[in-house]
Amino acid sequence: MTKPESEWTWKELPVGNVVLEPGNASQYRTGDWKSLKPILNKELCVHCGLCYIFCPDMAYNLDAGGYFISDLYYCKGCGICAKECPTGAITMVVEEEEA
Amino acid sequence: MTEKLNVFAVRTLTQKEYFAPGHRSCQGCAEALAVRLVAKALGRNVIIAAATGCMEIVSSPLPFTSWRVPWFHVAFENAAAVASGIESALKVLVRKGRIPYKKIVTLAMAGDGGTADIGLQALSGALERGHNFTYICTDNEAYMNTGIQRSSSTPFGAATTTSPAGKVTMGQITWKKNMPAIVAAHHIPYVATACPSYPIDLVQKVKKAAELKGPAYVHILSVCPTGWRSAPDLSIKLGRLAVETGVFPLYEVEQGKYRLTIDFPKLRPLKEYIKLQGRFRHLTDSMIEEIEKRIHQEYEQLKKKAKKGV
Amino acid sequence: MEVSIAAAEAVKQANVDVISAYPITPQTHVVEHLSELVANGEMDAEFFCVESEHSALSVCVGSEATGARSFTCTSSQGLALMSEITYIASGLRLPIVMVISNRTLSSPLSIWNDHSDVMSIRDCGWVQFFTENGQEVYDHIFIAYRLGEDREVLLPVIVNMDGFILSHVIEPIELIEQDKIDGFLPPYQPLYRLHPDKPVTMGAFALPSIFAETKKAQEVALQSSISKILEVWRAFGDITGRYYNPIETYQAGDAETLLVTMGSCGETASVAVDMMREEGRSVGLVKIRLWRPFPFDAFKAATLKAKNMVVIDRAISIGGPGGPVASEVKAALYGEEPRPSIYNFVAGISGRDVTPSDYIKMVDKAEIEIEEGNKAGYEIYGVRE
Repeated sequence: MTKPESEWTWKELPVGNVVLEPGNASQYRTGDWKSLKPILNKELCVHCGLCYIFCPDMAYNLDAGGYFISDLYYCKGCGICAKECPTGAITMVVEEEEA
Repeated sequence: MTEKLNVFAVRTLTQKEYFAPGHRSCQGCAEALAVRLVAKALGRNVIIAAATGCMEIVSSPLPFTSWRVPWFHVAFENAAAVASGIESALKVLVRKGRIPYKKIVTLAMAGDGGTADIGLQALSGALERGHNFTYICTDNEAYMNTGIQRSSSTPFGAATTTSPAGKVTMGQITWKKNMPAIVAAHHIPYVATACPSYPIDLVQKVKKAAELKGPAYVHILSVCPTGWRSAPDLSIKLGRLAVETGVFPLYEVEQGKYRLTIDFPKLRPLKEYIKLQGRFRHLTDSMIEEIEKRIHQEYEQLKKKAKKGV
Repeated sequence: MEVSIAAAEAVKQANVDVISAYPITPQTHVVEHLSELVANGEMDAEFFCVESEHSALSVCVGSEATGARSFTCTSSQGLALMSEITYIASGLRLPIVMVISNRTLSSPLSIWNDHSDVMSIRDCGWVQFFTENGQEVYDHIFIAYRLGEDREVLLPVIVNMDGFILSHVIEPIELIEQDKIDGFLPPYQPLYRLHPDKPVTMGAFALPSIFAETKKAQEVALQSSISKILEVWRAFGDITGRYYNPIETYQAGDAETLLVTMGSCGETASVAVDMMREEGRSVGLVKIRLWRPFPFDAFKAATLKAKNMVVIDRAISIGGPGGPVASEVKAALYGEEPRPSIYNFVAGISGRDVTPSDYIKMVDKAEIEIEEGNKAGYEIYGVRE
């Protein structure tokens, strides 16, 4: 778990400010940004994978049943998946504000 | 909808993500998608030299990185020069026996500003020297990272913060610089245009570019909802429309031979593309007609080149 | 041999991997000879002429980050053009070595020597050496690589040689045997490198909340490199018999008035010191060899006992307090009591000759001025009114 930048001391920085842990940005919860979230209607899904391939945030994962499920941790709610789904299986709904 | 025919081919792409989620691009950023697809195309064995720009900023806020491959950002205008250095180092270190031989793709990545404007010199130099590297230009048609200022890649008539739609001048007053043509004039083995709305095609072109010996260049149209003032869910549709209206034709130039990737017997009306973007909101019908005329002219010229096998 | 050729030979003997350069007078002989060495197979390196100096250093940054020992060479306008990258190279802690054939900055355009080019990147964070003669230029290429690549340092290094005055002059150079150099300078083992086997991200951007920490780390690295510099100089002296020091002194021990120089003018100044000593004047010479990190302790030790100091600058800080060296010397001694009075001459701008009699005139003038109460004067020497 990489700690946020405001907690680093100068001695802890690697030489040249190199980032040694590949892909550690994946700890950042971009999912907090969204105001709409995608909902999948499994009955309409044809497992084509377009939602997965067109997601700029890699917020789709293939589940054991062969469905692509959105990863709400990262999903920014852009709506591309809903727009591009050839069968209209995905709809964008308003994300409830967490209390 | 030619792309829909191979809709299931998506599943043939690798599932691995070399560009990690958690990056800070805007919602619906097609440039991030382009970068994601490029990373998928190239896999593990790549070293990326990136220029300053949207993709650099969203992917590397110290101490975090979205990159699961070696990635190096130096400055704005020298992605091609840094890539030249990386490629030469790999060559000489293997030759001197200091590192074992491994097939590693050297990739330079920059935006339209870092390619067509400030980066043009370094790119031209690297192409002329014939380094074995691939150059990807992700073109969102303005200096988006600094707040949507015009670049030489901004299309005619588009409103940006430094080419605003005012009372005297209405948006960009010059025509978009034809970067693929400039690069092709260097007589390098491979030049291509691609768009993330056609993901399989993009991946195939990037793979081909990396495979070929010598310099290769892929120019990728990157729809930017923030800068183009379009709805974030339209980024894929807009990319498709750009291709279908002839605004951004998909083609390759391999050893000087032009080949259209998709040829449309009849181009879609430009209005369908323009009306979805706020940056063209101020254009009058007659202006749109003028633009469309020129786009069609250029498309015909491109088709001629492809037919001739020039 | 010509000093530029000696520098190129040193680069060859140092087994440099990547050389990228853009031609600019008076650096051209260095890169021309290097290209010959590579073309004849006498040196195994990737050598190419790039399309600008900015790209020259950018190429070196890319190749050094991939683990290859890299070299470039430039002057004046070229240095100014690549100045953006000099700051980046030191922030990234890449041990590139650059020889600067010092030449004045435009405008007006001039190809002749002074230090204004390297003074424009004073704060870039590189270790900076000034050399006095051809032998020192040759020697310092090995010293620079050994120092820069040391895991405790990892900083880029500049070796300054005065353009034309050193670069184009033929001097006797004692070449070092290759096996001695191989022992002194082992192959480069980067701490971090760009390679898919261990992916790293280099050049991430920093928010205000972390930026100060990155600069503190860089500052400490440059400042603490001084102990390693002394160590490397000692090791070099052990194999060649030539021992270098951050501050060199000549007849300075008991001198009442000290001349302070940096670069090739030190040799001429020492002739002037001899002449003045013969007349019974208490004059000595202090030569700054290490410019960055500034050797405060060594400088104070060499100069505090003097009454007057005549600092010779070869660059102006227009609108500022005089020349850069004098400004730094004054700042270095500010906290000391007592400290010498300092008179600053800017001399030798754009290659104008400074002869021993000029130095005598400067010392004369300075001593009179200081006597009359001008404790911190400054003037450009020899300007026709």
